[in-house]
Amino acid sequence: MSTDLPVLTAADFASDQDVRWCPGCGDYSILAQMKKMLPNLGVPREKIVFISGIGCSSRFPYYMNTYGMHSIHGRAPAFATGLKVARPDLQVWVITGDGDALSIGGNHLMHAIRRNVNLNIVLFNNRIYGLTKGQYSPTSPAGKRTKSTPYGSVDNPLNPLSLAVGCEGTFVARSIDTYIKHLGATLQRAAEHQGTSFVEVYQNCNVFNDGAWSYATDRNIKADHLLELEHGKPMIFGKDLDKGIRLNGMEPEVVELGKGITEDDLLFHDEKATEPTLAYLLSRMRKEDGFPEPIGVLRSVQHPTYDDGVVQQMEHVTEQKGPGDLNALFRSGDTWEVGADG
Amino acid sequence: MSITPQDTLHSDKDTESLSGATVRLAGDSGDGMQLVGSQLTNTSALAGNDVATFPDFPAEIRAPRGTRAGVSGFQLQFSSEDIFTPGDELDALVVMNPAALVTNIGDLQDRGVLIANEDSFGEKDLKLANLDHNPLESDKLNKYTVIKVPITTLTREAVKEVKNADGETLGTKEADRCKNFFALGIICWLYGRDLEPTIRFLDDKFGKKRPDVAEANTLALKAGWHYGETAELFERNYQVQAADLTPGTYTNVMGNQALAWGMVTAAHLSGKELFYGSYPITPASPVLEELSNFKNYGVKTFQAEDEIAAVCSAIGAAFGGSMALTGSSGPGIALKGEAMGLAMILELPLLILNVQRGGPSTGLPTKTEQSDLLQAMFGRNGESPLPVIAARSPSDCFDVAQEAWRISSRFMIPVIILSDGYIANGAEPWKIPDVNELDKIPISHPEAVAEGETFLPYSRNEDLARPWALPGTETLMHRVGGLEKEDLTGNVSYDPENHQHMTNIRQEKVDRIALAVDPVEVTGPESGDLLVLSWGGTYGACTTACRRSRDAGLSVAHAHLRWLSPFPANLGDILKRYRKVLIPELNMGQLSLLIRSRFLIDTVSLNKVKGKPFKVSEVMSKIREAVESLD
Ligand SMILES: Cc1ncc(C[n+]2csc(CCOP(=O)(O)OP(=O)(O)O)c2C)c(N)n1
Ligand code: SF4
Ligand SMILES: [Mg+2]
Repeated sequence: MSTDLPVLTAADFASDQDVRWCPGCGDYSILAQMKKMLPNLGVPREKIVFISGIGCSSRFPYYMNTYGMHSIHGRAPAFATGLKVARPDLQVWVITGDGDALSIGGNHLMHAIRRNVNLNIVLFNNRIYGLTKGQYSPTSPAGKRTKSTPYGSVDNPLNPLSLAVGCEGTFVARSIDTYIKHLGATLQRAAEHQGTSFVEVYQNCNVFNDGAWSYATDRNIKADHLLELEHGKPMIFGKDLDKGIRLNGMEPEVVELGKGITEDDLLFHDEKATEPTLAYLLSRMRKEDGFPEPIGVLRSVQHPTYDDGVVQQMEHVTEQKGPGDLNALFRSGDTWEVGADG
Repeated sequence: MSITPQDTLHSDKDTESLSGATVRLAGDSGDGMQLVGSQLTNTSALAGNDVATFPDFPAEIRAPRGTRAGVSGFQLQFSSEDIFTPGDELDALVVMNPAALVTNIGDLQDRGVLIANEDSFGEKDLKLANLDHNPLESDKLNKYTVIKVPITTLTREAVKEVKNADGETLGTKEADRCKNFFALGIICWLYGRDLEPTIRFLDDKFGKKRPDVAEANTLALKAGWHYGETAELFERNYQVQAADLTPGTYTNVMGNQALAWGMVTAAHLSGKELFYGSYPITPASPVLEELSNFKNYGVKTFQAEDEIAAVCSAIGAAFGGSMALTGSSGPGIALKGEAMGLAMILELPLLILNVQRGGPSTGLPTKTEQSDLLQAMFGRNGESPLPVIAARSPSDCFDVAQEAWRISSRFMIPVIILSDGYIANGAEPWKIPDVNELDKIPISHPEAVAEGETFLPYSRNEDLARPWALPGTETLMHRVGGLEKEDLTGNVSYDPENHQHMTNIRQEKVDRIALAVDPVEVTGPESGDLLVLSWGGTYGACTTACRRSRDAGLSVAHAHLRWLSPFPANLGDILKRYRKVLIPELNMGQLSLLIRSRFLIDTVSLNKVKGKPFKVSEVMSKIREAVESLD
């Protein structure tokens, strides 16, 4: 029997709700790329569920014509885990913000990743609390002046990708709201990965933190600040593709190509490396330290997923013990009869 | 496995018939009192007695040995009559050390039997218990029948021939571990209990791996029995006849176990997979442990990273169509509050179990209390009423699980289930039902929307329940969330009228449940002087106290609440028929507060928060006081 799946378009994934983000917000672009990418997967809309926490970014599910849940602040990975375990047949996305995922929800994010639940987590990182109108977030740089840090933040920021790699994330990637082709392709790879996919998206909040990522998005300078990763390729960057990353002992360093340094001296990207060391090293490359920031897939490895494990264990136990029989269970301890005569 | 009671040993001493007895075994937490207590329970149940138990142990896993803080006790009442509590005053008390003696002797009735392991009353033992004199030598014990037994010496003697696989005899430490079975042997002799079930238990547990351990404990048990029979210390022993229970097949159940079984049964009856999201906490953990055995029953257990994740995972599973349950105790329920509010506004079915313990904060983890009632009623932000049901006894947990799921799935509403440490760890005989004869729990999911129509996720049926549309259904895609929902469409709505309307509807849903559940029943006079109104685990003490008070000529009726929210439809009427309403609670008056504000009547309270259940006598004296104050 063959069933012809209707060919879907981006428009089929749009719900009937008006999108309420501020004009110019980076969230629009992520929404557009998601809607554009999903038809490529061939997964029916009704099999897709978007679960979010709270924040501007977390309004996302309302705008998707799929199943969805706008849950509570920080807990989306926990809802998604329960849903995925209950319904392994569904494709489950988690949409979250930097405050939602890393502050109030840090614990759940960590555990979803280390369990390797088959979820796709997309973190909209605008380095600010958007919905609550502009307080600093766990990814705001030290010294950042915001409404709640008028003299500058004295917090040490958290690096989302380092965290994901530290939790042994099996798929860890980064993209940028305005880099639309790259974003679409990255989301697609995340969807296709078995296990937790974690994607950080640099997202501009043009109202409360405009330009936070301008070094990575400005046409004129972005090439010097971004390192586009490709599996098996040397790490080369710069407007003129004249710079590269070389390993010096345990430390990466930026080198200029030519003057005796060739491509072969550079670090080659290996997203499938069993050890997460390379991915961790890449995740730590920040502009402040003079490095280009990697985008693309840092790590993509295969590990057993939690939801598969749950199902397999159930099948295994059922095979061994036979399907459960409640009447037998109730009689599994000592029993005694009370006759009609007492 | 079914066995018929039979005597393996026969006593030649005089035997007196008793209607029942209350016994407590107390010792250090390392002495194995809980183990022999449950053996005695099992043996008594197999003898056809009605039984009720009260295990009482310290919060520390290894409290300092020999200290008062480390005392662990197991109390049991067995009877030829219908009983509802583990008993008030003790007929017999076994103490394995001085700390156990001083902390428990107050509960032994005058002329009751005190059996003490005199070997452990040395100077060091006394010091550990903070004593400067030997309490066994005190005049204060004169009112009891004191039997001093060198249990340690006799146990070592009994097991000295036992050899392990390598032909070695047991070390002192291992030999001493059999002391509890020696003590059990004495009690079995004293009350004519059969040894066979315990011997079989030892064989099942150790027979294969450590036959020497099985043998040693069996020898200690028998030695204890023979000691009772031959030492000229006891004048007679006792017999307790079988109780007059409804015909059927019985087994012993503990509350948490019955609850877990009830949940699996409810899932089966409704054709659902059970999902349990939980995080370990005393005294709720056994539910997680028990349910995690049932992989071949379609049960999925998820030990989450915390209680918030536990409830959220359950809500996710409910959205996916599972029968979803989350369980904890007070501190964990506090963490779940925000998500419970979400489940309420999502109008998804969900069960939230609170096995209550002593509060506030970490409180008294291993002790019982009923002080989370108001938390269950109001412990969420905003107007978020939820139905609340409370179990009254260990075996009742089985029925409560099913009833809660029946209501939750029918009305599309989260239901809170209250149990408590006393019910959770207590055991009683349970008449085993035939699963095929239990009422099914019908659940349906919409399959499609008519051509040309849009799906309305917040439309309602006659119960005000919205449709439970499951992901994967082609034409029913919808989004839910915690922002206020527009009536019918479920879209986000900030409309003032709509918010009022939806708030009213959510309250009305709870109110209507009153018509779907059984009215409250009254035992005793239909009107008159006094009504005792109880809920939850105090059922046994209140039932017994009311019965005995009526036997003593007082006009006292009893009503026990199963649903605390909503109150049963006939409750208001009933309350009006009595001159006084007495509400005994293991809290500082939480049900009283609800009854007073809802029905505008005065109530008398009996409150206690000592980590222990009510004694029947405590309730009886309050009843007498309340009745007498009427004249
Ligand atoms: C329990 C709880 N605490 C606080 C809030 C308030 N709150 C809503 S969103 C938010 C921060 C959102 O920041 P982020 O996750 O970065 O999302 P963004 O709005 O930037 O997309 C906060 C603190 C809340 N809704 N719930
Ligand atoms: S506040 Fe910022 S993040 Fe939120 S919608 Fe507006 S621009 Fe976007
Ligand atoms: Mg943000």
